[in-house]
Amino acid sequence: MNVLVCVKRVPLTGGRIVLTDDEQAIETRHLGHTISPHEECGVEEAVRIVEQHGGEVTVLTLGPPEAEEQIRDTLATGAHRGILLLAEGEEWDAQATAAAIVTAVKARRAAGDDYDLIVFGNESADSGGFQVGIRVAHALGRPVVTGLKGIAIDGGHARCEQEVGGGRDVYDVPLPAVVTVLEGINLPRYPSVPAKLRARQKPIERITPERAGARLEKLRLVLPPGQGKRAEILGRGPDAAPAVVDVMRELGVA
Amino acid sequence: MAGVLVLVEHASGAVDDLSLQAVALARQVAAGAPLAALLVSEGGRDAAAQLGSHGVTTAHVAEDERLAAFAPAAWARCVDELIDRLDPSAVVAAGSNRGNEVLAHVGARRDLPFAANVTSIGAGEPPTLTRVRWGGSLLEEARLHAPLALLTAAPHMVAAGPVNGAAPPDVEAFAPALEPADLVVQVSEHVDATATGVSLAEAKVVVSGGRGVGSAEGFGILEELAAQLHAAVGCSRVVTSAGWRPHTDQVGQTGTKVSPDLYIACGISGATQHIAGCKGAKKMLAINADAEAPILNSADYAVIGDLTEIVPAITAELRRARER
Repeated sequence: MNVLVCVKRVPLTGGRIVLTDDEQAIETRHLGHTISPHEECGVEEAVRIVEQHGGEVTVLTLGPPEAEEQIRDTLATGAHRGILLLAEGEEWDAQATAAAIVTAVKARRAAGDDYDLIVFGNESADSGGFQVGIRVAHALGRPVVTGLKGIAIDGGHARCEQEVGGGRDVYDVPLPAVVTVLEGINLPRYPSVPAKLRARQKPIERITPERAGARLEKLRLVLPPGQGKRAEILGRGPDAAPAVVDVMRELGVA
Repeated sequence: MAGVLVLVEHASGAVDDLSLQAVALARQVAAGAPLAALLVSEGGRDAAAQLGSHGVTTAHVAEDERLAAFAPAAWARCVDELIDRLDPSAVVAAGSNRGNEVLAHVGARRDLPFAANVTSIGAGEPPTLTRVRWGGSLLEEARLHAPLALLTAAPHMVAAGPVNGAAPPDVEAFAPALEPADLVVQVSEHVDATATGVSLAEAKVVVSGGRGVGSAEGFGILEELAAQLHAAVGCSRVVTSAGWRPHTDQVGQTGTKVSPDLYIACGISGATQHIAGCKGAKKMLAINADAEAPILNSADYAVIGDLTEIVPAITAELRRARER
């Protein structure tokens, strides 16, 4: 089983989002970066699959040179190698991103190295387009199942489980396939210090893909209305309990 | 037709709320041009009757016994056929799991851009639209360069509402030309959940805990308060990552989105990841040691102090009030 996991570098937003002056991005001068929780779980799921069935996990990202940090983080939690698609400047839209991933996968395939399973997060943490995995699957002619909370590999098939109202829907798909996963499919491991050291030695291939023009063209970012609200302080410490119960009664919940 | 096509999800003969919101967005896009709906499979005819009062003039119902279980690519095929037949200027679906999934398939099939979770769309050629990012913590204005706009309606951002004096739509059934490849990915089995207590997504009150609760055991006092209020217990991402609570309890951008009458956030700092999951609450009470925590910018009420003292005091006060 060779598994490819695609991840995206995004800011660690914390409690308040501040935009850059040109309204094109989140101000990240004082922020770290991470990947989506869905993608962290995607990496963990891929590592568990190869621990059980053998093979290798490759982690791919499209982003600036600094996105090496996010690949190294995944290499410290069990992935074997990385592919960094270098994308300078503005964020790429979903179609351009998918096209670059497809080109990279086809290049690996031409070199005799194919993936049995390609894993995405269900949607990216920032732009939330819900589509890159599906576009990649179509371009490669592979089946795709989204929003998974369970994957079990059995021979040439994957049993895929989706949480829906009142239970779980199950899909049985032949491999090779593309899946998108949700946080909660597993509880990702933390990297150990020796694993972090080993991650520094693992190989990362760097490719500069051609960029297609944006067809969903971001013009600017806007903070939603309702910022700067301030809570009414009902009191300090346990003495505030009667005031809290009064509010609950007003709201009709107590 | 040069109108707008809207994909409508339905269950047991009733249209889903998120799909009614999609119809409302589609009306905005259509700006007076005809509005057609697509309903897939069994029950589609019954559900179609409700759409007239929302401005739909024609309801196309895809009928084929192979559509009885959900198959995303087969649904995309149905949309694709109607695009060829009706030549709409836009296709709109709900910002639901299925709505986003099916329109992404259509975008991939036709090599068209797809804008997920749109809140409004303006006139102009090419059109500009507003969509949500970061689970609603940020909005994006974007220009869509496409001969046919593919959009989903951001949940609970577009108000569904009936229009005056509309008749039930004409219903036209059709049999889509499904191919075997469209049915490779299809629901083959449904496993029922074992019901446990008050559902987080539907609870009227949610008592939620964050890092400030301190441990898995620390949730005991939250459970007691929840029992007094017939509430569900939720938590932040820090808590599930630490393994104190299962992920099914997580409220947030990557967890459950809740919309209770009252959300009680205990020891939760208020990261955007968390707020994205609870901003649908009618009112929010924050219990936090730090009067400067970001959660106070989202909450309506706050109590400042040690939650291990405050939460049991509220539980006791509720008991006393009940005995009086």
